Amino acid sequence: MELKDKLISSFLAFENRVDIDSPVHDVRSEAIKIFESQGFPSKKEEAWKYTSLKSILKHDYSVFPKHEKNIEYNDVKKYFIHEIDSYKIVFIDGKYSSHLSQTTHDGIDVCLMSAALNKPKYQLVIDNYFNKAATKDSITSLNTAFSQEGAYIHIPKNKLVEKPIQIIHFSTGNETAIMHQPRNLIVVNENSHVQIIERHQSLTNNPVLTNSVTEIFANKRAIVDYYKIQNDNENASLIDNTFINQKQESHCSVHTFSFGGKLTRNNLNFYQNGERIDSTLKGVTIIGNKQHVDHNTLVHHIEPNCESHQDYKGIFNDNATGVFNGKVLVNKEAQKTNAFQANNNILVSDKASINTKPQLEIFADDVKCSHGCTIGQLDESALFYMQSRGIPKKEAKALLMYAFSNNVLSSVKIPEIKQRINKIIATKLGVNIGFDL
Amino acid sequence: MLKIKNLHASVEDKAILKGINLEVNPGEVHAIMGPNGSGKSTLASVIAGKEEYEVTNGDILFEDKNIEELAAEERAHKGIFLSFQYPVEIPGVSVTNFMKTAINETRKAKGLEEMPANEMLKLIREKSELLEIDRKFLSRSLNEGFSGGEKKRNEIFQMAMLEPKLAILDETDSGLDIDALRIVANGVNKLKSKDNAVIVITHYQRLLDYIVPDFVHVLHNGRIVKSGTKELAHELEEKGYDWIKQELV
Repeated sequence: MELKDKLISSFLAFENRVDIDSPVHDVRSEAIKIFESQGFPSKKEEAWKYTSLKSILKHDYSVFPKHEKNIEYNDVKKYFIHEIDSYKIVFIDGKYSSHLSQTTHDGIDVCLMSAALNKPKYQLVIDNYFNKAATKDSITSLNTAFSQEGAYIHIPKNKLVEKPIQIIHFSTGNETAIMHQPRNLIVVNENSHVQIIERHQSLTNNPVLTNSVTEIFANKRAIVDYYKIQNDNENASLIDNTFINQKQESHCSVHTFSFGGKLTRNNLNFYQNGERIDSTLKGVTIIGNKQHVDHNTLVHHIEPNCESHQDYKGIFNDNATGVFNGKVLVNKEAQKTNAFQANNNILVSDKASINTKPQLEIFADDVKCSHGCTIGQLDESALFYMQSRGIPKKEAKALLMYAFSNNVLSSVKIPEIKQRINKIIATKLGVNIGFDL
Repeated sequence: MLKIKNLHASVEDKAILKGINLEVNPGEVHAIMGPNGSGKSTLASVIAGKEEYEVTNGDILFEDKNIEELAAEERAHKGIFLSFQYPVEIPGVSVTNFMKTAINETRKAKGLEEMPANEMLKLIREKSELLEIDRKFLSRSLNEGFSGGEKKRNEIFQMAMLEPKLAILDETDSGLDIDALRIVANGVNKLKSKDNAVIVITHYQRLLDYIVPDFVHVLHNGRIVKSGTKELAHELEEKGYDWIKQELV
């Protein structure tokens, strides 16, 4: 049976198993209809022109994991930013692991989506926010239809959440192939600040497909810093759909570090619903072999006096392929918008490729919008210069690539993340660099 | 120290060096002069090991060993240093981090431990004072936005840090005003000893007033056509390169 049919026929069982009386029942039912009529996106659609899901849809994914498996913290410690004290929301094969998690209800809610969807005390927040930022495209609708588990984070106003929150999904290989559909809802109220780290990690060589949806609401003057660490093994694929709804004077940043995975598609959408909003989208992609990473971004400038900064760097080796599709939409009312977009790429091998497409739609007449994309090779004269100072070619290349991605890392506010990313980059490039940038 | 025998080199099948013979001993300063396009910079790059240049004939011996098969970094580890005519800008890597990496990679190649941080800082301070380099300058990205003079001073600073046996200064005087020229020359002179050697490549005699050569060679059309002492440089300055060309005819 094709994956699409399997998912549709599973829906009824899913609804029965969760709660048919759930307030989101109608939302789910409507969503499955959208998916049923549209199916998985194909390359015929403009937004998916350079990313084919064909090769990852062919597996016989188990949609509901049947078995539970425990893992010991020490075996997976390395996948956490364990050097810092943090809240943790951890899932194993799609099921919540209380053993590995550290949640809280002390002044803030850092807990589970399943709890939020079922318990009356969360109903107001669910009514106000759930599925309010997510779009109704087919792939997001698929997640909405099966939305049940994930992270639920609610920060009341005037809270500085000192500990970052880590959301980690592990796949153990208990199933021959597994599909996850995590659903996260993050609401940050006035003047509050939160930092979130998200990671999907497969501990098996069995195929894993994750179709994740995260909705983030940053209310007035809220600050949200979100880090996505994508360093999964090369049998795991991820479609990440993130929707960020910002209110006036809020600052949101999303850093996406894409080093692993077979196929990774990041649909990152910012909506600026207020004045003096600041949105930051940064990414470093370093891939090789036959890996594929696609960044599909949207920044929608709806009101005046807002800023957005996009800076994506990519390094592609072997037969790796990359896509950057950055859309900036400036409404007629959004005067004095300052939108910046850059996408710079280095192709290390002759067989690697990148398709980069800035897409600016500007309806206001008093704005500053800039964009630029470059595709190049490593500068041979710079390599010779470094070699002539005694730096071996391999290290020289690494140093150049390091330096290339430097300004993306410079805006990372958690030093431990920066160190971790430095380390992953060094491992990726096969060198040991004696200093941090 | 350096023996070049009948060296022929070409780039993209175009012959540039057509039989160079040169011997440099410890403690000596050699000047290589010549008109534009005579092959001066090519000679410097070939000795330093730039890959684009193909040695088609002849030998380069450094301390009696053929270095032709060695990569540029291996030549650097043996003590060959090239001060670039056009130093390359490397955004995102500070002067200090670049030097740390260069020194520690060189030490690693020699089987030594990394230089302790305090020793490194002391060395950097000492050598930057020698070249009258401001401390703030060291945290800037390498060569990025540097003036011509700053770039050249930075090259000699790197030379001071790495303490090479053989330093090749390729047109180090170009783009320098008189004060910068004096600082650079002063730096080179202070680093000179009986154990190391310097090859100064220059178009003009000006730099040779400050870094006094023991030998002067004139390069023309890929060959050394005339060698002499420092007086030859003065004669060239007076009579111009046409004099050499006419003499050859």
